[in-house]
Amino acid sequence: MPLSSRHLLGLQGVPKEDIQLILDTATTFREVLERPIKRVPTLQGKTIVNLFYENSTRTRISFELAEKRLSADAINFAVSSSSVSKGETFKDTMKNIEAMKVDMVVVRHSAAGAPQFLTKICDANIINAGDGIHEHPTQGLLDMYSIREKKGKLEGLKVCIVGDIAHSRVALSNIFGLKTMGAEVSVCGPLTMIPRYIEELGVKVIHNIDEAIQENDVLNVLRIQLERKAREYFPSIREYARYFGITEERLEKNGKEVLILHPGPINRGVELSSGVADGLNQIILQQVTNGVAIRMAVLYLLGTLK
Amino acid sequence: MKTILKNVNLLHPEQKINEKGKDILLIDGVISKIGGLSKEDSTDAKVFDFSGKYVVPGFFDMHVHLREPGREDEETVVTGCNAAANGGFTGIACMPNTEPAIDSAEVVEFIKKQAANHLVDVNVVAAATVGRKGEIISPMAELREAGVVGFSDDGFAIKTSAILKRALEYSQMYNLPIIEHCEDETLAGGAMNEGVNSTMLGLPPIPSIAEDLIVMRDIIIGEYTGGKVHIAHISTKRAVEMVREAKKKGIRVTAEVTPHHFSLTDDAVKTYDTNTKMSPPLRTQEDMNEILKGLKDGTIDCIASDHAPHSPEEKEVEFDHAPNGITGIETEVGLALSELVHKKVLSLEELINKMAVNPRKILNLPVPKFEAGQPANFTILDTEEIWTVDLSKSKSKSKNSPFDNRLLTGKAVAAVNNKKMFYQDKFVEL
Repeated sequence: MPLSSRHLLGLQGVPKEDIQLILDTATTFREVLERPIKRVPTLQGKTIVNLFYENSTRTRISFELAEKRLSADAINFAVSSSSVSKGETFKDTMKNIEAMKVDMVVVRHSAAGAPQFLTKICDANIINAGDGIHEHPTQGLLDMYSIREKKGKLEGLKVCIVGDIAHSRVALSNIFGLKTMGAEVSVCGPLTMIPRYIEELGVKVIHNIDEAIQENDVLNVLRIQLERKAREYFPSIREYARYFGITEERLEKNGKEVLILHPGPINRGVELSSGVADGLNQIILQQVTNGVAIRMAVLYLLGTLK
Repeated sequence: MKTILKNVNLLHPEQKINEKGKDILLIDGVISKIGGLSKEDSTDAKVFDFSGKYVVPGFFDMHVHLREPGREDEETVVTGCNAAANGGFTGIACMPNTEPAIDSAEVVEFIKKQAANHLVDVNVVAAATVGRKGEIISPMAELREAGVVGFSDDGFAIKTSAILKRALEYSQMYNLPIIEHCEDETLAGGAMNEGVNSTMLGLPPIPSIAEDLIVMRDIIIGEYTGGKVHIAHISTKRAVEMVREAKKKGIRVTAEVTPHHFSLTDDAVKTYDTNTKMSPPLRTQEDMNEILKGLKDGTIDCIASDHAPHSPEEKEVEFDHAPNGITGIETEVGLALSELVHKKVLSLEELINKMAVNPRKILNLPVPKFEAGQPANFTILDTEEIWTVDLSKSKSKSKNSPFDNRLLTGKAVAAVNNKKMFYQDKFVEL
């Protein structure tokens, strides 16, 4: 059964069957990644452009690797955000790229809705690699894959997303995806970092990190953006680390086995102590490996749609 | 030249005129006779049959951005007036956020010169502060002498309470209103209304309290100074409630609402269509319900388009990067008739008050009269015509409207003023 959409713009509204298909397909590719020769000819002859309007080394490398392992021709197109105002418009850039006959576009952009905009102006399959504070669907998928791999299921699991929910594209994709798959989702963080209407998405809000640890099977801990405007939303890094940071003491105190995910890069000593970041409960590096498999699955499923 | 408007329904709530099936004789654009036309009157007269149509006092839109001087690629005084005539308006007030801003008599004179001899009367709203910077009040006495009808830093609220207080003190010497774009800058800066939709769309939110706080400030300073405050494009429930309360207390505050705020909610943003991005942003159903209530009970005095032309290269971009504003003067009457009159929020008489009478009163302008010897200043309405908005036929230089292809019931079929009539897509000399 093929996917029901020819683009992956977000996980909002993506049917359970599609998510299931992507996760199951990723299992196959995960196995490919363990082979001595990690390349399959599946997307041979397809051209994929990685259109990055925002710096993101990790996501871009992960996509690029996935593309190369599927034998697609991968082209990187990085546009510094400073040139947006003076240079070519997003539309013109896209039209130019399309004129070079590309099959798929992986787009990262600081503006929410940029991938939707692309679907209106070009024919290629569009994959959202993160748009503003909206969605980052492949991250949501790889998080779900990693949780499922470890816990054997998603349905009925209690997952809490911890940190700056309001300025995160990872949070929404996790919320939409996990809820579709039957998990119970909550968010935890300072109230200044929780969108005012988040509960209307069927998500519980927790302000106490100990409560979050006690009540949940999984914590998906987001990176606190120290370099951006988000820094204005809490008093100090020290205070954040003390009241919302996850440390070994805190886990021990609550005496609970809880699975820890983090999309990276980690601020050690802020949202996670080094002990937790390297500890037994975390699967942070597995997430990275799984990310390649998930992206292979998405590219394969979209690239081979009739 | 003699012109006969045949078999019309005359409706003028202020003059308490409601007459059906009359013929109107105009001579050189002046009303000569209403009804009782003789055979002689018809001799050599150009006859326009408007059977079943309403002749009402010419509509007036008190919130229009003409973009000239500065952005003539988006709109000029003349193209904006053509669009206004096409939308059924005989008068408009244009906003001062041009480049340069309208903060001197010279710019006012320039705009008046550009608008000379047009069917549409152009009245100018000048900046409330020099360069709309919110630092020093504009030369209001001189601007008034040049003919301005009000003051506004539209695009922003007047920056500080202290400057607003001075502006209200100074302007009341001339009984001119301060027209306020109510938005607390420190809370605004987002791309859409804060709500479940902004959360799901990942767009930076603007909370409704950004508007509420400035409306509250303005009412308080308005009461204290006794100046005239006019709330432009009111959009939140709380703001409507506050204006209602203020009016009850006898504070001199008036308010306008745009057609998009009474016909769309922030659900329309879900497509990331940049033609749903404006300031104030589209709000929720709850806000819209209160706006409809405010229109009905008289809290909201008038309807104004906030016609804001933008070039396609500015609007066909990422949602975050698109400028605020939509065109609206050509869809305004159709939306008002469809959403307000046909849905029984307002009677046709009430709508005429909100589109012809009240805006002129707020700006101290005379309301056109239906009597012999008065210049003909009419809007002619077909309240039942069903039509589809087609932006390609718009007279505006810009086409940034979310209402393309929208089915509407009722439209302005003609506008008459200054010895001209706009009818069937062209200007006719009377």
